[in-house]
Amino acid sequence: MSELAKVFQNKKAFIGFVVADDPDADSTVKNVVALAEGGADLVELGIPFSDPVADGPVIQEADLRAFKVGVTPDKIFEIVAAIRKETTVPLVFLTYLNIVFKYGYDKFCARCQKLGVSGLIIPDMPYEEKGDLAPIAAKYAVDLIPLVTPTSGHRIEKIVKHATGFIYVVSSMGVTGTRNTIKTDLHQLIQQIRQYTDTPTAIGFGVHTPEQASELGAIADGVIVGSAIVKLVAQNGTNAAPALKKYAQEMKAALPVLSAE
Amino acid sequence: MRQPINEAKNDPKFQKELTDLLNNYANRPSLLYHAKRMSDDLGGAQIYFKREDLNHTGAHKINNVIGQALLAKRLGKTRLIAETGAGQHGVATATIAALFGMSCEIYMGKMDTDRQKLNVYRMELLGAKVHSVTSGSMVLKDAINAAMQEWASRVDDTFYVIGSAVGPHPFPEMVRDFQSVISREARAQILKETGKLPDAIVACVGGGSNAIGSFAEFINDPSVQLIGCEAAGRGVDTDQTAATLERGSTGIFHGMKSVFLQDKFGQIDKVYSISAGLDYPGVGPEHAALNASGRAQYVGITDDEAVDAFEYIAKTEGIIAAIESSHAVAYVEKMAPKMRKDQVIICTLSGRGDKDVASIAKYRGVDINE
Ligand SMILES: Cc1ncc(COP(=O)(O)O)c(C=O)c1O
Repeated sequence: MSELAKVFQNKKAFIGFVVADDPDADSTVKNVVALAEGGADLVELGIPFSDPVADGPVIQEADLRAFKVGVTPDKIFEIVAAIRKETTVPLVFLTYLNIVFKYGYDKFCARCQKLGVSGLIIPDMPYEEKGDLAPIAAKYAVDLIPLVTPTSGHRIEKIVKHATGFIYVVSSMGVTGTRNTIKTDLHQLIQQIRQYTDTPTAIGFGVHTPEQASELGAIADGVIVGSAIVKLVAQNGTNAAPALKKYAQEMKAALPVLSAE
Repeated sequence: MRQPINEAKNDPKFQKELTDLLNNYANRPSLLYHAKRMSDDLGGAQIYFKREDLNHTGAHKINNVIGQALLAKRLGKTRLIAETGAGQHGVATATIAALFGMSCEIYMGKMDTDRQKLNVYRMELLGAKVHSVTSGSMVLKDAINAAMQEWASRVDDTFYVIGSAVGPHPFPEMVRDFQSVISREARAQILKETGKLPDAIVACVGGGSNAIGSFAEFINDPSVQLIGCEAAGRGVDTDQTAATLERGSTGIFHGMKSVFLQDKFGQIDKVYSISAGLDYPGVGPEHAALNASGRAQYVGITDDEAVDAFEYIAKTEGIIAAIESSHAVAYVEKMAPKMRKDQVIICTLSGRGDKDVASIAKYRGVDINE
């Protein structure tokens, strides 16, 4: 079983997201540790890109803060190495394909494996390009996390059939950012996915309140929170760790508990 | 997308509707005009202009928009969205949306809504809503990002009319096919006029749609040199440029693997050109391939050279050509004198320059505001 599949074993997973190097490297390490201490089962680290087409304004601004302090992929690998001295919390990267392509698929995935980054979420990966990256990622046991959106429709089978790690279920169309209501029939979307795979599902985009965690946690195997956490980082600067820990505790506590089998 | 495109391509009814609109609404076939004064003045090759500037709405963009809007109609969509740089593609999309009774929203970088105000108002007159995009560097690539985001969030009733030969498969091929009408006509016209193939085809390259449309029917004629003119801005060796193929490297962006201006980490560069239609940090994948194989050559033309050419063609031929097209004219000025008088260059005038008059005046320090 992949590292990521274990995240969802016998529990509903809370997954937190921060942009790496926002507002600086040390804070990122502290923030990831705080999320883990608060109960996050998995942390997504965003690698900033010049054109983050899937992201809303909150994450775009975080990317700009990271660029300001000179973020690069190598600096982020150093941040991961520092995180690894403090916590074993599973990690995945969220980034855009050109960053991985330029670094070199093989070199990038090799470093992921070495530092314990278990998966990649790449919202702008064209389906055709997956053919080049997938075998390399598999060689280094790095899962490519597919995204399923409410408009994936008949493509769902193709997208999820061979998915490993988990499946990122995009709650509603549009970009990342908090939403008060999610209109998609997620129940049905997840039923559809489950026709083709047992790989766990986690719902993200727009999730921010404990009530949503409770509700969506009943439908999927986990919930993903990005913009709400990044907002806390923006508000608290280099001292966001306590707020992140508290937030993770609240969200984790709101998730349904699975009865032990 | 792939399937409906192929079905449409092979459907005689679709082709008939397309041809009818191109001929009876957009004013095709466009003229192939022998620019005798300019040819004499430069003293070398005979220069012919393929006059896409004479199309309805004033640029080649309409060829592609009519094709895509017919596809949208076929798919039952009622709303067209598009990005635009110079505004020509936005105007063409707004025009066809009006003709088809569809709603229309256009995404345009704030830098471009500022420097192409006339086209913004023109789109609004046609009933479109224009969104001024303030993210990123606020130019064409950011408008594409915004349009792609909007499309991802609303596919049910919406068709994204992409404006150049870029984006994910099968968009680049589809746009090439719709723009190939340029070279299909030009080939027949020049054969009729001179009885032989031309020696060179010259066209400007933003994303590459008018250029690929101008090259398409000549690619298998090795004697015909193909030359794409990119916007070098303040110079190919400066960071104020949009000369993708001269300075870029392979990357994957906007759904395509092609050549992009980017840093060594894969962050896409901010690009610059006086021409809003050419400052795109990438180029369609087919141009990247033609460049790599050596079948086509790509050259950079600076702002200064393009503005000089804008004025030169106005004074020698009485044609106010788009600043984008003036990049191609500038290269014709360089190459024609080195050629023999019996040789022929076809240069595509991708659009008319009315939209650029104000910014050229500003470039020359002339105040024309009333
Ligand atoms: C008149 C004109 N020519 C050329 C271009 C560049 O586009 P392409 O390279 O796709 O032909 C534009 C784009 O806005 C344009 O308006």
